[in-house]
Amino acid sequence: MNKIVLSLLGCACWLTVGSGLQAQTLINGAGSSFDYPAFTKWFEAYGKVDPGIRFNYQSIGSGAGQKQLLNQTVDFGASDAPMTDASMSKAPGRILHVPVVAGGVAIIYNLPGSPKLKLDSDVIANIYLGNITKWNDPKIAALNAGVSLPELAIIPVHRSEGSGTTFIFTDYLSSVNPVWADTVGKNTAVKWPAGIGLGAKGSEGVSGQVKQLPGAIGYAELAYADQNKIPYADVKNAAGNFIAPAPDSVSAALATANIPADFRFSMVNAPGDKSYPIAGASWILIYEKQQSADRGAKLVAFLKWAVTEGQKISSTLDYAPLPDNVQQRELELLGTIKW
Amino acid sequence: MLKESVNAAVTSKTTPDTRSAEWHFGDRAFRWLTLAMALVIFVLVFLIGWELEEGSRLALHQFGPRFLISSDWDPVNEKFGALPFIFGTLVSSAIALIIAVPISIATAVYLTELAPLWLRQPLIMFIELLAAVPSVILGLWGIFVMVPWLRDHLFPWLQKCFGFLPLFKGPIYGVSMLAGGIIVAIMIIPIITSVSREILRSVPGLQREAAYALGATRWEVTRIAVLSYAKKGLFGAVILGLGRALGETMAVTMVIGNSAQIVASLFAPGYTLASVIANEFNEATGNLYPSALFELGLVLLGVTVLVNVVAQLLLKTFAGPSVKPQH
Repeated sequence: MNKIVLSLLGCACWLTVGSGLQAQTLINGAGSSFDYPAFTKWFEAYGKVDPGIRFNYQSIGSGAGQKQLLNQTVDFGASDAPMTDASMSKAPGRILHVPVVAGGVAIIYNLPGSPKLKLDSDVIANIYLGNITKWNDPKIAALNAGVSLPELAIIPVHRSEGSGTTFIFTDYLSSVNPVWADTVGKNTAVKWPAGIGLGAKGSEGVSGQVKQLPGAIGYAELAYADQNKIPYADVKNAAGNFIAPAPDSVSAALATANIPADFRFSMVNAPGDKSYPIAGASWILIYEKQQSADRGAKLVAFLKWAVTEGQKISSTLDYAPLPDNVQQRELELLGTIKW
Repeated sequence: MLKESVNAAVTSKTTPDTRSAEWHFGDRAFRWLTLAMALVIFVLVFLIGWELEEGSRLALHQFGPRFLISSDWDPVNEKFGALPFIFGTLVSSAIALIIAVPISIATAVYLTELAPLWLRQPLIMFIELLAAVPSVILGLWGIFVMVPWLRDHLFPWLQKCFGFLPLFKGPIYGVSMLAGGIIVAIMIIPIITSVSREILRSVPGLQREAAYALGATRWEVTRIAVLSYAKKGLFGAVILGLGRALGETMAVTMVIGNSAQIVASLFAPGYTLASVIANEFNEATGNLYPSALFELGLVLLGVTVLVNVVAQLLLKTFAGPSVKPQH
């Protein structure tokens, strides 16, 4: 009996301590795992700017993030793909898209001697469609004069689970190759052409497979290719230049991308001499009309910080910083949020 | 001593009336509590089934029975079919059983009948250790150690010796249906071995002694007096292993190659029901897509129940005395 009383007392103490901490405003978010490393750094750094705010972010995937936002169980969602009109129509209020990070997707490969390759949209699409099956194919050779290409079977590796990276990659192929757009299309997961290559789980899975399998080709966020020291290709952009993926070349693509007023844009194959063509943004999704004045104000203040000051932090993690023109437009958008 | 007095106490009060009259509150409470706990299992199974049905209602309505026979899985155009995943689940589990059952039962026989006493305990400990390895760790080991070895050594050898069979034709990537089956086999060996060992241990010593008395050799004793006596229980052990094989997710996902296709070659990548759910649920947007994934869950539940029912029916065809699994 004494034990029960003691443990009840313990609970009571714990609750009072807990509620003492509640003086901080807790902001809940959920969604993209692509954003998670950036968010973690931001939440930590922003704690010094405004100690009265605390974040709880669940990195459960873009789809789940959108769902939680629609059910109003979180203050913000995060998604690697913009919401569709059909999903937005189910929302109880207007949802704003705030691009917060952008990143490039590198085309990685495993060839004997690790030569530096140049690829274009036609070659990449036809490899994944199963039309180009050997590395010494004339189409690849034509882009890579002076590189000795082996007669090795190409094994295309793709992400097996739904992912924002797959969305960016298939978005790119759909926008540059009509056959791809008709037969496969773009989504976080697609129906990959039957019998061609294999699926690996996660960016680590794709880079692992490409590293192990001679002749493999894959796609992964730039950070993974860099960290694992896997060679990646220069890709021909809309202006006809071969560009290597890097934070700078992705920022260049963002600066020239055609971004509509609602920020639901795609930045693949962006114009501009220095733009890297296979890149995408990730969005924070919030309601235009915030339910709580206190939390709304704090969240908007944080977002204003994230799209300006926060960009300096996220660029240390291989994300591309948002260019100035985009930052200004986003600040205007954030100014329209009401509570 | 204590046991005798308890026995005496039980035999002296055989009539339920007198006993229940003496039941204390504590006894009754204990009885209701255990009943409630047992009912929780039923409630859980019912809730899981109901929740899956609720979640998949849209897909059930949209595709009907075609869902089971269509091999289309196209999230972009929202066309969904479960056949390649059902195929992958059954084939990878079958491969796992073909590999695991002989190894497990042989190990169990060795441990109970033949192994010297000093070796038994360490061996049992190792088997239990294997059971405790988390699925994701086995998967990582699979990717970085097992798959490269299979690709460079076992698979080329298989292709050289048995390449005329359609099962071993085609390009070798390493990650494949066969790799998935092998990793599942490694995961179910401990469970089948442990349960089989318990069953063989519970075969009465009299059985063996009787066989020896008739002049049987050691092999004959094992075959006739032990294995034949315990076959029903051993079958149960295999079914327990199969149950785990069907639902195994993480390790399989990491080595099976994740391609929704139905091909004869075991070197080609495959896909299982559990893997596709684990892979695609997080990022599934819209209404129909998550609903189709829910329906895959329902199909997996259905396949598991069906396989168990078929196994029970098979079990009934066995006759004679038997020992049942202890688990």
